[in-house]
Amino acid sequence: MSTAAASPLPTAESATHRNSAALVFCCTLLGAAAQILLKTGANQIAHPGILTLLTNPPLIAGLSLYGVSTVLLVLALRDGELSLLYPVIALTYVWVTMLSFLVFHDRANPLKLLGIALIVVGVGVLGRGARK
Amino acid sequence: MTATPISSMALVLVGSVFGSFGAVFLKSGAAQLKFGFWRILNRQLALGVALFLLSSVFFILGIRQGELSVLYPMVSLGYVWTLFWSRLFFKEAFTRQKFIGLGLILLGVFFVGLGGK
Repeated sequence: MSTAAASPLPTAESATHRNSAALVFCCTLLGAAAQILLKTGANQIAHPGILTLLTNPPLIAGLSLYGVSTVLLVLALRDGELSLLYPVIALTYVWVTMLSFLVFHDRANPLKLLGIALIVVGVGVLGRGARK
Repeated sequence: MTATPISSMALVLVGSVFGSFGAVFLKSGAAQLKFGFWRILNRQLALGVALFLLSSVFFILGIRQGELSVLYPMVSLGYVWTLFWSRLFFKEAFTRQKFIGLGLILLGVFFVGLGGK
């Protein structure tokens, strides 16, 4: 536990928080890219079998990105509070929804846009809490 | 609109609980992280990753049927469980920002799911 008042180096501490937040942010980008790749791979597979699943490049790339994003999450969790950092992963929904507009030409609608906006504001509120 | 089967909700709910414990183990594993080719894996991290994989199996099975506006926020309930485990296991404080931020995120995920129909 640490508070700004008890810490001798408040600037160093807030820098650590920023690094953790930046790592989780990268996690959400990688996680979204992974989901898009998994979806692309799944669309290519007509007859699922172990061999077709294991030799499909987008699927392999997607799973690998999940691996990398998990490593980043672990590094982020070394400093910083779990209860603040973990919900930031919800940003993945934002990137996946936006990427789906681009990649799969999913239709944008007011509900999706409202949802994206609320998630971003929610993560912003958590970010303000982290700086205190 | 089709109703969401109870079985789908149960699968997603169980998945969210497994996932939240996965996060707890990743956090405790991260705290004792040592760098080195094999030492990087410790029991907590392995357990955390295993729980994440297990939770995704439940999510994939649960999300096949039913409304995403119901099921997506239930996936995100994992963040709520994690808030409680963080206080219990890591003595992290409940703050107003955490509750408001989480509430907005859950509401946002609900609307994204509602738009996904």
